[in-house]
Amino acid sequence: MSSRELILGRVRRALADVQQDDTPYEQAVPRSYLREHGGLGVEETVELLAENLADYRAIVHRTDTAGLAGVIAGMLAAHGSESVLVPPGLPEEWLGVTEVPRVHDSAASTAHELDRVDSVITGCAIAIAETGTIVLDGSPDQGRRRITLVPDHHICVVRVPEQVVSSVPQALERLDPTRPLTWISGPSATSDIELDRVEGVHGPRTLEVVLVTASED
Amino acid sequence: MSGTYLGMPAFPKAAHEAVHNATLRGNLRHATHTIRGKRAKAVAEMSDWAELREAGKLIKDHTLRHLDRYLVQLEESVTAAGGTVHWAVDADEANRIVADLVKATGETEVVKVKSMATQEIGLNEALEAEGIHAYETDLAELIVQLGKDRPSHILVPAIHRNRGEIRDIFAREMSEWGRPAPEGLTDTPAELAEAARLHLREKFLRAKVGVSGANFMVAETGTLVVVESEGNGRMCLTLPETLISVVGIEKIVPTWQDLEVFLQTLPRSSTAERMNPYTSTWTGTTDSATADGPSVFHLVLIDNGRTDTLADEVGRQALRCIRCSACLNVCPVYERAGGHAYGSVYPGPIGAILSPQLRGTASEVDASLPYASSLCGACYEVCPVAIDIPEVLVHLRERVVQGGPVTEKGNKVVLKPAKGHAAERAAMRAARWAFSHPGALRTGQRLASRSRRLHPRTLPGPGRAWSATRDLPTVPAEPFRDWWQRTNGGKGMSK
Ligand code: SF4
Repeated sequence: MSSRELILGRVRRALADVQQDDTPYEQAVPRSYLREHGGLGVEETVELLAENLADYRAIVHRTDTAGLAGVIAGMLAAHGSESVLVPPGLPEEWLGVTEVPRVHDSAASTAHELDRVDSVITGCAIAIAETGTIVLDGSPDQGRRRITLVPDHHICVVRVPEQVVSSVPQALERLDPTRPLTWISGPSATSDIELDRVEGVHGPRTLEVVLVTASED
Repeated sequence: MSGTYLGMPAFPKAAHEAVHNATLRGNLRHATHTIRGKRAKAVAEMSDWAELREAGKLIKDHTLRHLDRYLVQLEESVTAAGGTVHWAVDADEANRIVADLVKATGETEVVKVKSMATQEIGLNEALEAEGIHAYETDLAELIVQLGKDRPSHILVPAIHRNRGEIRDIFAREMSEWGRPAPEGLTDTPAELAEAARLHLREKFLRAKVGVSGANFMVAETGTLVVVESEGNGRMCLTLPETLISVVGIEKIVPTWQDLEVFLQTLPRSSTAERMNPYTSTWTGTTDSATADGPSVFHLVLIDNGRTDTLADEVGRQALRCIRCSACLNVCPVYERAGGHAYGSVYPGPIGAILSPQLRGTASEVDASLPYASSLCGACYEVCPVAIDIPEVLVHLRERVVQGGPVTEKGNKVVLKPAKGHAAERAAMRAARWAFSHPGALRTGQRLASRSRRLHPRTLPGPGRAWSATRDLPTVPAEPFRDWWQRTNGGKGMSK
C-alpha cells in the first residue's frame, strides 16, 4: 500500500467515532467576527494606515500625483542611492525628476546583480490600514518577489484611497490566491537577541511608503 | 523515533537542573513576561477576539473531522498549480523523500526556513548523514545551530542565550560554516544581526534548493503560507530554483477566506504584533517566463503520529494548534523550567500534550510530560484556537497510570497500566517536582481563580478517576489537594 493510501486510511479509521455531517462549509463555520473594526471613514482609514505603518517603523510620506516624482527624487537623494531598480510596469512619470540610473529587472538578472542595487521602487496591490500592511502581488508595477527583497531600500507607492482597505478580511477578498503574494508590515525585523528589536536582518532595512492622492486638476 | 532528544532526562530531572540555572531563568522570565504583556495589549485592540477564537476553533475542528477529504482536495489543487505532492508516514520516510529530492537536483546544500515540522523529524541530521548541509537562516535558529544547541522556545528558539554568549558563538563558529564574523564584533544586538545578515546573505544568493514548512495550506486553492519577521523566509521561498515544503497534515484550512481568521489571531498571539513583518503565499510554481520564485515545488505531507493523535477523542484537539507559542509565555512551569526540559521540539503546555501523543508514552520523558503542568488553565485562556490543554493533560495522565485504548501507528492497542513501571515513577517524580515548587503552583492558582470565572468548565471524568485511585505522594501535594477541595474536584469552578 502506498503511504498516501496508508495515511488516508488511518485518517478515516481515526474518525470512526465522528458522526457523518454534510452541512455545507459556509454553514458549518459561522463567522460572527467583524469584517472591519471601528467603521472609520475614508480619510480616517488612510490616517490609520499612515499611523500603523509608522508605528512599525516604515517611513511614511504623503503627496499628490503632481508631487510624486519630486518626493521620489528626494528619497533617493536622501538615501544616497546610486542605482534604482524598477519593475517593468512602473509608470514612467514617477521617475520623471530623478537622475539616478535605473536598473531594469529581467528574468535574467541574478540575485547577485540585485544585491548591488541601492534602492527599488514599486507600486502595490493593496494596503491594510488596521495592521499597517502593504501587499504585493507581482503585477507589472511591482515586479518579481525578489526585487523588493534583496535591495536594502524599498520605496512603495500606495494610491489612496483606492488601494486602501480597512482590514485583513477585506484584503483577502480582493487578492488573487493564484498569484505569489508578499505581505509587508514595516521593514525586516528581529527580536531574537534578548527581545531587543533590530531592524533589517535579511529584507530591506529601510521601507518608505508614499501615500499618493490624485491631484486636483 | 527521530525528534526525541535521545538521552534527554525526563522532565523532572531536566526541570530541576534548569531551575538552578540563574541565567536561563532570568532570560526566560524577561522574555515570557515581555511578550505576555504585549500580547494582552494587541488582543485588546480586537473587540471581536472571542468570535475570532471561536471561528478559528470551528474551522480547525471541521477540517480535522473531514481531514481525508481536504487532504485529497489539497493534493489536487497543488498538483493542478504545478507542484508535486509526496506523502510520508513517519519521520524516516519524510527524511528519505527530502534527501532524494535534494540529491536529484545535484546540490549538496540547502537553505532552510525555521520550521517545527523539520525539527520534529530531525531533517538536518538526516540530510547531513547523506552529505547534504542544511543551513538554518532564521537568526535564532542560526544561533542554535552554530552553538550546537537545541531550540528552547517555539517563537524565540535562542531565548536561553544572552548577547554575550551569542557574540562568542558567532566569533568562534561562523568561519567554520562560511563567512566569518567581522573583526572586533561586539555584543550589541544590531552588530550581531549585521554579522548574521552578511554570513547568511552569501548562502542565500547561491542557494539552489530551499526547504520550508508552512503555517497554513489552503485546500481550495493549493496555496501555502509562511509567516515570519526577518525576511529569511522570503529569501528561501523566492531565490532557490527548487522549493521543498515539509508540512504536517493538520496544517490545512479549507478555504482562502479562512486565512482572514488566522492572519488576525496568529501574529497577535505570537509576537504580539498587529501583523508580522512578512507573510508569503505561493500556489504551486510560477511559469518560467516570469521566473518569479522557484520553478520546481515539492510538498511533503507528513503524518508522523498525527493520525494516531486524531484517533483520540479527547486528545485530537491538540491538532488545532497553530504554533503561536502564547501558551508557553503564560505557563508558570515553562517559565521556570525552560524549553529544554520538555525534551521535544514542542515545549511548554502544547508540548506537554502534543509530544506524548505524537510519540506515545513509552519513554520516560514522554510519560512524564503530562505532569509538567500545574493545571492552572492560563494556557487554555490565551490559546487562539481554544485548545483545552488542561483537559488533555488530565486525560493523558490517566492514560499513563491506568492504561487504556490508544492508537499506535494506525493500530488500536490497549496500553497496560504503568503501575510499578518506570513511567509511573517518572510521573510521580514530576508531580512531586511541581508540588515542591510552591511558587510555580501559586502563580498557577492565582491565574486559575481569575480565569475559571470567565471560562466555566469541568474537568472530564478521567481526571476524577485518576485522582480517586491515586494519592499523590508525600506532603508537598498539599496545594493540589487544597485546589481540589476548593473546586470540588474541578466541578465547582463557575462562581
Ligand atoms: S496550543 Fe494554542 S496557545 Fe499554544 S502554541 Fe498552539 S495555538 Fe498557540
